[in-house]
Amino acid sequence: MIAQDFDYLRRYLKERSGLVLSADKQYLAESRLLPVARKYHLADLGLLTAQLRAAPNGPLGGDVIAAMMTNESFFFRDKLPFDYFKVRLLPALVAARSREKRVRIWCAAASTGQEPYSLAMILHELGPALAGWRVELLATDIANDVLEKARSGIYSQFEVQRGLPIQQLVRHFNQTGDVWQIASDIRGMVTFKVFNLLNDFAALGVFDIVFCRNVLIYFDQPTKSGVLNRLGRVVAPDGYLVLGAAETVVGLTENFSPMPDHRGVYVPKAARVMAPPLAPEQPRPLPIPRVIAGGER
Amino acid sequence: MKTCLIVDDSSVIRKVARRILEGLEFQIQEAEDGEQALDMCRRQLPEAILLDWNMPKMDGYEFLRSLRRLPGGDSPKVVFCTTENDVAHIARALHAGANEYIMKPFDKEIVEAKFQEVGLI
Ligand SMILES: C[S@@+](CC[C@H](N)C(=O)[O-])C[C@H]1O[C@@H](n2cnc3c(N)ncnc32)[C@H](O)[C@@H]1O
Repeated sequence: MIAQDFDYLRRYLKERSGLVLSADKQYLAESRLLPVARKYHLADLGLLTAQLRAAPNGPLGGDVIAAMMTNESFFFRDKLPFDYFKVRLLPALVAARSREKRVRIWCAAASTGQEPYSLAMILHELGPALAGWRVELLATDIANDVLEKARSGIYSQFEVQRGLPIQQLVRHFNQTGDVWQIASDIRGMVTFKVFNLLNDFAALGVFDIVFCRNVLIYFDQPTKSGVLNRLGRVVAPDGYLVLGAAETVVGLTENFSPMPDHRGVYVPKAARVMAPPLAPEQPRPLPIPRVIAGGER
Repeated sequence: MKTCLIVDDSSVIRKVARRILEGLEFQIQEAEDGEQALDMCRRQLPEAILLDWNMPKMDGYEFLRSLRRLPGGDSPKVVFCTTENDVAHIARALHAGANEYIMKPFDKEIVEAKFQEVGLI
């Protein structure tokens, strides 16, 4: 691939997806994009870039972006955020939303579905505590190919063995030959949709919990700040933002601050309200320091 | 250092598993079948057992049932590691007291994830 084409691709990816591809990654672009060129019957990457320049909003662009993404994901990745979700975040919200009985959760970089399905399994197991509740679980990603796989709910033997406890595998999956499909009741809990994190979030509404994990690492500082600032507008004042292990809000946004003693969990700044005490049958969260916004609430 | 007993009739698998588990700071013992493994457990119980299913003399399932009846035999964390990859086998193993289950072929990440899952690392 000639330097000019590679530069164009880097700019294209950055503008369209936020992905920062460093100048030494030409080999990666070539190996990932050759199959895309083949799919479009383009003889080489020069022709692929030419077609992209001619129609930057066409389907080729989507395939180029999808091909350059890192989609790795596991069930219950890093474990701790999912433990927090189950014993701290969710119980606090269940207490706080006991009148409207509605919780909205967003997985903002859902990839092949392991993250939203991990959350769905937890919600499913909490069943009785959420009886009569409307629980929405929206899972989005910029790439449609990974969402297709996510929707199918079909995983290889390798994929179901990374992070998924064997009890959960037996309980929530059906085996067909050497692949495993997540049960339809769990699948039915998740809505998958293509969505680009560079776009405006307003149309998605307000969420109680946002998982935005292992995607900001691919962006530069201004893009990270932009996403985090916009997330500040869609996370409920008493909601939570969960980032990946290598990600933070520190130095990037004024909208969130780290939740004490909960690595990877962030809360909207200066807008916390005290949650009422939990019903005895629910796991009791430790006291969470919360600030009352400007003393008005 | 925690001890792990690797029970498998294949010396190749034992070697692969040994390398992975030593990398995770386990002190390794090996047995070729359930009978030998049970003898070793009668003398001293390890913290962890990586257990094959199909073996001559005594298979993994029989071994597990006998182990769990030994005094203190409920303490070792038992992780099956087998080509018996169907849900019926998995369910039987769990019923007999297995803590986790690895379906062969496996790699280092899977072993690590499963040992983490049962609190061994
Ligand atoms: C490494 S995966 C993370 C999956 C999952 N959240 C986890 O932590 O395991 C990163 C995902 O982010 C998606 N992604 C990258 N840029 C994006 C953007 N601008 N908008 C939405 N999703 C994006 C990629 O397609 C990829 O599936």
